[in-house]
Amino acid sequence: MEFNQPAGDNMFDDSKVVGKPTHRIDGPLKVSGQAPYAYERHDVAEGQLVGYPVVSTIAQGRITNMDTDAALNAPGVIDIVTALETGEMPMPSDMNAAPLFGGAEVAHYHQAIGVVVAETLEQARAAAALIKVDYEETKGSYDLEAAWQEMREDRSDPVSRVGDFESAFEAAEVTLDQEYRTPSQSHAMMEPHATIAQWQDGKLTIWTSNQMIEWNRQALATTLEIDPDDVRVDSPYIGGGFGSKLFLRAEAVLAALGARKAGRPVKVMLPRPMVMNNTTHRASTIQRIRIGAQADGKITAIAHEAISHTFPGGAGENAVDQTRRFYAGDNRLIVKHLAEMHLPEANAMRAPGEAAGLMALEIAMDEMAEKLGMDPVEFRAINDTQVDPEDPDKPFSDRHFVECLNRGAEAFGWGDRNTTPGQRRDGNWLIGHGIAGAYRGGPAMDSGARVRLQPGGTLIVETDMTDIGTGSYTIIAQTAAETMGLPLDAVEVRLGDSDYPVSAGSGGQWGAASATAGTYAACLALRGEIAKKIGTNDPESLTFENASVRTGEKQMTLASFAADGEIVAEDTMEFGDFRGEEVVSTFAAHFVEVGVHVGTGEIRLRRMLAACDAGRILNPITARSQVIGGMVMGVGAAMMEDLAIDKGRGFFATHDLASYEVPVHMDIPEQEVIFLDTLDPQSSPLKAKGVGELGLCGVAAAIANAVYNATGVRVRDYPVTLDKYLDQLPAA
Amino acid sequence: MAPPIEFEIRRRTLFAGSAAIAIGAATGQRAAAQSSAALAPSGAEDSTITLTVNGEEQELTIDNRTTLLDALRENLKLTGTKKGCDHGQCGACTCTVNGQRVNSCLSLAVMHDGDEIQTIEGVGTPDNLDPMQAAFVANDGFQCGYCTPGQIMSARSVLEEIRAGIPSHVTDDLTAQIEMTDSEIRERMSGNICRCGAYANILAAITNVAEEQA
Repeated sequence: MEFNQPAGDNMFDDSKVVGKPTHRIDGPLKVSGQAPYAYERHDVAEGQLVGYPVVSTIAQGRITNMDTDAALNAPGVIDIVTALETGEMPMPSDMNAAPLFGGAEVAHYHQAIGVVVAETLEQARAAAALIKVDYEETKGSYDLEAAWQEMREDRSDPVSRVGDFESAFEAAEVTLDQEYRTPSQSHAMMEPHATIAQWQDGKLTIWTSNQMIEWNRQALATTLEIDPDDVRVDSPYIGGGFGSKLFLRAEAVLAALGARKAGRPVKVMLPRPMVMNNTTHRASTIQRIRIGAQADGKITAIAHEAISHTFPGGAGENAVDQTRRFYAGDNRLIVKHLAEMHLPEANAMRAPGEAAGLMALEIAMDEMAEKLGMDPVEFRAINDTQVDPEDPDKPFSDRHFVECLNRGAEAFGWGDRNTTPGQRRDGNWLIGHGIAGAYRGGPAMDSGARVRLQPGGTLIVETDMTDIGTGSYTIIAQTAAETMGLPLDAVEVRLGDSDYPVSAGSGGQWGAASATAGTYAACLALRGEIAKKIGTNDPESLTFENASVRTGEKQMTLASFAADGEIVAEDTMEFGDFRGEEVVSTFAAHFVEVGVHVGTGEIRLRRMLAACDAGRILNPITARSQVIGGMVMGVGAAMMEDLAIDKGRGFFATHDLASYEVPVHMDIPEQEVIFLDTLDPQSSPLKAKGVGELGLCGVAAAIANAVYNATGVRVRDYPVTLDKYLDQLPAA
Repeated sequence: MAPPIEFEIRRRTLFAGSAAIAIGAATGQRAAAQSSAALAPSGAEDSTITLTVNGEEQELTIDNRTTLLDALRENLKLTGTKKGCDHGQCGACTCTVNGQRVNSCLSLAVMHDGDEIQTIEGVGTPDNLDPMQAAFVANDGFQCGYCTPGQIMSARSVLEEIRAGIPSHVTDDLTAQIEMTDSEIRERMSGNICRCGAYANILAAITNVAEEQA
């Protein structure tokens, strides 16, 4: 069915299951270690071999020779596949920028150039170390600062221009002109990329860890030059993704090629130290923000210009995107530069664009509020807009950003803060408070599902949707239970298999709104089938509740309709163009309290609060977990995460979990999440939007602003580490 | 994670230490010989060991290079214990050896002949969850679930370590009974990374169990 008009009053407005706090239905499997992740599928294929990746140790150049003799003769080795023998392979998709495997060209450091297949991991790893590779190295470019100095004044091809920014900025009573820097970041999901591949009669099955099953199936078929119908992808449990598992990655290609050559199933897991350079990352940025305002705080001019690095042909990090729509202002300029570099491929990481862009914009807003002598909450509120500032005829579908600010400020006790930086102490700790706004789009993608009513009255939902920790299993079960009038435990959800209908998949925080809509569509199709059996062509005259169907005086159990065999129905929710007639987005305000040690400069977070506006919250438990998890990632972005670039050799030097630091238990304080009670009929039949990325957006800036409030030192270069301000702290 | 302080040197610990020195010496020779000849192990490549895993005795003939983690996951097919980094950086592989939590990726299986291992599979099953597992579900102490078995194994040990009076970096008074504070729990859990960021919920789960057991 098509979603082609705003959702009217429907069953979800009087829901019994959707929107109610519901524990994860996959929880008991996960806490007992029984949920099978990709590398663990001992049960699916007999005789699995282990593949160990061989990766390039130069950043750019050509392989002139790979000597595999010693490795082939090493104990346990079955076979070796090299990039030279395989030759260049077709690019898997137009969403991959860097080649994954094949040919003599080395495109980036730790690019896969071979796989050693052996009986055991120990044998494959030892043999891989015996392969001698000769290269002709060429010099790449890895210096973003140099590229920025070249491009900084080039405004010949802006993303957008509205009014006359330059004149308005010149005329403004109060102005800000600052630069901000964000480092490259790694998804660092806990489960490394992993795949088991098996060929049978020319058909390939992979058990893998991937967010987008259909993209993955098509990409694998394309790069292997086989029919997509001969590829099956299965990914029921995924140990985190955050964008790193959106696209086909090298470990799946290595497993497939290794299995084909060895004639047996092969499994490959990327060793952790290869993950950061072999796969994708969020690109580093340099951003210049200029804001001009009247003395009353109204923004009259705003410009956001940014550069990020990208693999040649890629998209980099679109750090300017949110500034097109977040705040009002008649005169606007948005410029995005790309510096092509031979670093590993920059691509989507959780909230691509906004996560890095808001790290800068929301410090700029804090600085501007200070220049204006205004409360930063108030400054943001008076620059709210209910229409797209670039296209004032286009309204936001449902925007309650000011309410996020006000509700959050009240719950946090914002009014009690110290407004003069560096003036509040608690013993040796300087205490500071910070706030930031958050903006992230609320997209939707077509999403299909199949439902099977069983003779016993239970319902099976099948869709290739994935659950990367987001709670898809649970909200899909809730949606099906609600639509069919079944108790939650009568619904079984099966995900992540390309044999199931194609769904939206998990990315861009579109998963929850889209996949529940697809489940709803399939359930309505099932209701139609049941109506036919009753002999009516008006399914809406039927009431589905208490595992029964009621029509007038008549009531029958759902189970009775399937007594002679299961009833199967399938449909896809297609999102029509009408959705784009308004701006569908999500909003939040983040508040943090920090302590900064006056002697050592150590930052300790004391508490965090988020107030979020994201339409109907389908499951307050899993949605809250998404938001607090985003906040944790924001802590990392603010305080520690940094894929440090070795500009001489062209790779990320911090490429494991010891050197690329992410937040741990001790870093995270009490967290509070407030969900506004809002509905967005323009978004989906359930009037829902995503929250998974919203929780990350703006958090880092709120922390940077709190550190400024605590110390009086403004750091504009992330991460905010003590080496950048220790010598400027107030006297102990 | 901070390993619990062990005041008494056990016989096996001493042996393991000596073995490590011997391996170091052998590696040195091997490195010296590397340029001239193919690598040939100087002794047996496999060992036969007995592990008691979740109460069940298991005899294994295993490559000497196999970590305890891979012995569990690959040889015994107990995949509840997870591989996140294989370098002792993330804690996903946490299980207990003779009652104490370890990063099983940092330990060779052959060092554990005769040891008692407990993994998440031995703690509870989906139909019969241990209180800590149930508390993780009740408090949504996870999202993707990959770090979860390690978090749970650590969490159970943390409560025991605090009760046993083993101090941590944040313990203020080394002479008093250690209190079950948020800070004590967070500090001791900090070797277990959760990239989904469920820390606040994990703390709530552990605190719930601590209170129930108090």
